[in-house]
Amino acid sequence: MGHSHAPKKKGFLMDYLTTVDHKKIGILYFVAGGIFFLMGGLEALLMRIQLIVPNNTFLNGATFNEMMTMHGTTMIFLAAMPIIFALMNAIVPLQIGARDVAFPFVNSLGFWLFFFGGVLVNCGWFLGGSPDAGWTSYPPLSTSFSGFGIDFYALGLQIAGLGTLIGGINFLATIINMRAPGMTFMRMPMFTWASFVTSALILFAFPAITVGLVLLSFDRLFSANFFNVANGGNEVIYQHLFWIFGHPEVYILILPVFGIISEVISTFSKKRLFGYSSMVFATVLIGFLGFMVWAHHMFTVGMGPVANALFGIATMLIAIPTGIKIFNWLFTMWGGQIRFTTANLWAVGFIPTFVIGGMTGVMLAAPAADYQYHDTYFVVAHFHYVIVGGMVFGLFAGLYYWWPKMFGRMLNEALGKWNFWFFFIGFHLTFFPQHFLGLMGMQRRIFTFLPNQGLDFGNMISTIGAFGMTIGTIIFLINIAVTNSKPKKAPADPWDGRTLEWAIPSPPPEYNFKQTPQVRGYDALWVEKMAGNKGMTPAEPLGHIHMPSGSILPFIMSVGLFIAAFGLMYEKVSVAIIGALITLLCMLLRSLIDDPGYHVDPTEDKGVEA
Amino acid sequence: MSANHALHTELPAEPEKATLEGRNKILGFWLFLGGECVLFGSLFATFIALRDKANGGPTGVELFSLPLVALATILLLTSSLTSVMSILAMHKKNVSQMVVWLVITALLGLGFLGLEIYEFTEYVHEGHSLTSSAFGSAFYTLVGFHGAHVAFGLLWLFALLATTGKKGLTVVTAPKYFVFSLYWHFVDLVWVFIFTVVYLMGKVGI
Amino acid sequence: MSNRRWQHVWRLLPLLVVLTLLLTGCGDPYLSALTPSGPVADQQLSLMKISIGVMVFVFVVVMIIFTYVLVRYRKRPGQEGIPKQVEGSHTLEIIWTTIPIILLIVIAIPTVSTTFALAKDHWDDPDAIKVKVTGHQFWWEFEYPDLGVTTAQDLHIPVGKKIALQVSSKDVIHSFWVPALAGKIDANPGNANTMWLQADKAGVFKGKCAELCGYSHALMDFKVIAEDQASFDKWIAGMKAAETAKPTASTQLGQQVYEANCLACHAIGGQGGKVGPNLTDFGDRQTIAGYLDHNADELKRWISNPDEVKTGAKVKMPAFGDKLKPEEMDALVDYLMGLKINQ
Repeated sequence: MGHSHAPKKKGFLMDYLTTVDHKKIGILYFVAGGIFFLMGGLEALLMRIQLIVPNNTFLNGATFNEMMTMHGTTMIFLAAMPIIFALMNAIVPLQIGARDVAFPFVNSLGFWLFFFGGVLVNCGWFLGGSPDAGWTSYPPLSTSFSGFGIDFYALGLQIAGLGTLIGGINFLATIINMRAPGMTFMRMPMFTWASFVTSALILFAFPAITVGLVLLSFDRLFSANFFNVANGGNEVIYQHLFWIFGHPEVYILILPVFGIISEVISTFSKKRLFGYSSMVFATVLIGFLGFMVWAHHMFTVGMGPVANALFGIATMLIAIPTGIKIFNWLFTMWGGQIRFTTANLWAVGFIPTFVIGGMTGVMLAAPAADYQYHDTYFVVAHFHYVIVGGMVFGLFAGLYYWWPKMFGRMLNEALGKWNFWFFFIGFHLTFFPQHFLGLMGMQRRIFTFLPNQGLDFGNMISTIGAFGMTIGTIIFLINIAVTNSKPKKAPADPWDGRTLEWAIPSPPPEYNFKQTPQVRGYDALWVEKMAGNKGMTPAEPLGHIHMPSGSILPFIMSVGLFIAAFGLMYEKVSVAIIGALITLLCMLLRSLIDDPGYHVDPTEDKGVEA
Repeated sequence: MSANHALHTELPAEPEKATLEGRNKILGFWLFLGGECVLFGSLFATFIALRDKANGGPTGVELFSLPLVALATILLLTSSLTSVMSILAMHKKNVSQMVVWLVITALLGLGFLGLEIYEFTEYVHEGHSLTSSAFGSAFYTLVGFHGAHVAFGLLWLFALLATTGKKGLTVVTAPKYFVFSLYWHFVDLVWVFIFTVVYLMGKVGI
Repeated sequence: MSNRRWQHVWRLLPLLVVLTLLLTGCGDPYLSALTPSGPVADQQLSLMKISIGVMVFVFVVVMIIFTYVLVRYRKRPGQEGIPKQVEGSHTLEIIWTTIPIILLIVIAIPTVSTTFALAKDHWDDPDAIKVKVTGHQFWWEFEYPDLGVTTAQDLHIPVGKKIALQVSSKDVIHSFWVPALAGKIDANPGNANTMWLQADKAGVFKGKCAELCGYSHALMDFKVIAEDQASFDKWIAGMKAAETAKPTASTQLGQQVYEANCLACHAIGGQGGKVGPNLTDFGDRQTIAGYLDHNADELKRWISNPDEVKTGAKVKMPAFGDKLKPEEMDALVDYLMGLKINQ
């Protein structure tokens, strides 16, 4: 088994198409997720334009339903989750002192599956109709009462979901098996803990939607009867399966962000996180409880008062560990020295906004009250408060915080503040009135509303707010462009950080750590700083580092499934088989051809001190 | 014989766990099986909800032939046992014995699949299909997914056997056999549940 | 201006929005859940008030600490050194775990009791009026099984009486919602859900479909007409009279056109099909097709091309604009507008 010394230099495109390096895969996730975020944002803006006045004719019912469906589907599956994965990929291995994730090849496969799944979902725009039955796609509307577009949804999400699932397995194995010496579980940074619990949620939640989408596809493609009442089917089964996935999904979205907030607040208050073990416990408890509450999305389905009451109480319980977190963040800042960098502005803006979202969540948890709130703009307001005001704010915080580590440049702080304030104010203007619109009788998913029903003013304010968010987003894009034109000279540790990622250059060399560090406590780097050391003490001697080779197979495997999906949709069995065979063949090649990898000599690079 | 002798001195006691990559693969696969539990759990829940909805067509009581299913069960359960034997042989560094046990596993698996295909074609002739009723859809999806897992496992096993001659047993290849046998045990375990919930309970009309 | 002051200024903005909204009232009194006109919506609003009260208290506590911390502990220029690193506080953890648990119990008790109270099935109450509600793409069918009356779009009920509903659907999932009177319940194909409501004052309450059901989900409005007992009885009697009336000889052109083109799907009185809404009292209805103004022009536009006005139904009403001569269309419109019960 020969080892090559270094691979030949690849062009930029081939490098990114074949990379198995978690840092580059993180950037791929960010770019793809970012593009989908802009698409989802455009879809939202178009909806809000349609809803600026009653009886508007900007979008008709059919097109609005497509926008509404694609906005939700894109934002949750193709924007939010990928950007979360971007940060997890870029940062978690660094935070635990590892050189990469447990399965670099599978990591790349996860990205390309997401990418092609996302492209497939969006093919409807130019292939005869996008999915239009909501991001939840309930049957029988989505089975016997909808057109072609739903297939893009079901098959696209199936492929993308596979990518997410294997990503979850990857991070679980990485965090369990590859922590640097001395990093016990209770010395891991909060972002890593959050990623760990999130990955467990992914592992156990995604198979449920896999089955839900299979049943949906079987009804649509093969005339199965799961949701066909005439032949004995029951459409409520889909709702159960969907929400058994769907509820943990929203905790998948928010838990990593809780981790980011812990890191950012701690760093910019110059204090260790208050109540670390409570925070870990609360994270695990939220993850666990998240699986017990799914039917609160189904209070009006007719499950009966016993089921409704039980799920209602279980839902309210989640407020306890969430409240614990909020107070621990506040007391982390207490007694600190708070610097209002843009990253911290986002984290600080997160707190009241997410609390409001949590408040309306507890209100929604009461089934009898939910009979009024359900499927109205009150729910739309609630989930945007927690997803945008919670998750997106937190992602912005994480991006500003970790941008130097990922890209070697610092995002412009002045532009960052403009970005924050436009987005923050625009956000509240958009979604705060929607609480009232829902209570005043405006249902969800309506392409227009009638005049003289008290709904005009709230809708207009909401649309104005959406423009504010748009401007804020554009400013962020400008910030990226401006930053990118500057040279790559961000310091290794621009924020006086506390965790291992700040011990290595920005961006890190391909092997991350010249020598795996020895961890002596929580906030591993801070411990060394307080002991007067310049950096980490190594846990191993300097030596050649073994790196995995890149591979084009993940890209091809994803293309194979993409092709197979088209075969299924257009009822061309041969195409479906060819696509599946491409994927299987690649799997076989991967199994048969061992990757010897290559070695890197770190003394040639400018590594970390000592 | 000298190859085996060399293996005896070179390979550690549990070769599949001797490298970080091997340990990662085994852990990763256990995690994957956890997800598969939820997958099959969802399929079981769907089946249980729809098992009485035969839409006027034949029901489980009428359709299922326990002797046939019992034979298939014996084949699959035995194949799980033979895969255990293959790992024991692997731990004893006896590659040729490991291969023999794996080949028997493959043959038993093929027998199981053959019986299942025969069973499904009979049912379709009797009017029980994916499209005939909700019970039909749930039955074929649950049992069919399991069958697909068996089929995939067999393809995997053939590929493994095909490379054993060339690559032999090393700390790099040992995890592959171990992970395969984990998968095969899982598939067998799922079958135990299918046999009980679908066939036994279905035959007595629960 | 320092960051702290900016934050205070901008945080006022949503408050301003709220104030302005409050100035515009709590919405349409016949539509808003904030202005209940019946015991079910009343109980629901009370529960909302309890939960929002507790939650606002929590928010205020959080915001007080939040504002204090940001103001007091922001880094001042020239400030150096490292603050004291605090691991945590057991006492505080216990406090902010126990108090929220207590607050949740305060919310949970009325929640559970209201949930069970509203789940009571009044279908077999001797005093209750039974109505079977069936959702269709994109209209609502109402049948009074005890009273032998079927109608659509406008649900007449007497004030002060319990209305026991069994709600179902003929096609996709819909959801029956009259916010000013009660919460919603899903209309599922294949089974019937029960709920009850009651109006304590007379009026025309607005109903909405609250589950995405296709392109025209937004246009599937209906009305609940709450009237005094006498008026309700008169309406029922009128509907039943139409049901049992023998069909007159088709003297009017309009009635002829109706019988030739519409009767197969739309019943009037005891005659006709059930594919489309029952049109017995069409002349008295609040709207056309659930949301259009009730006048001859809109009716003509509707009948001429229904799928254009309300697109996306799987079972479509055909377009009659080209099938009928202009005088036939006018006669039909006149006939329909004249179908009044209480004349």
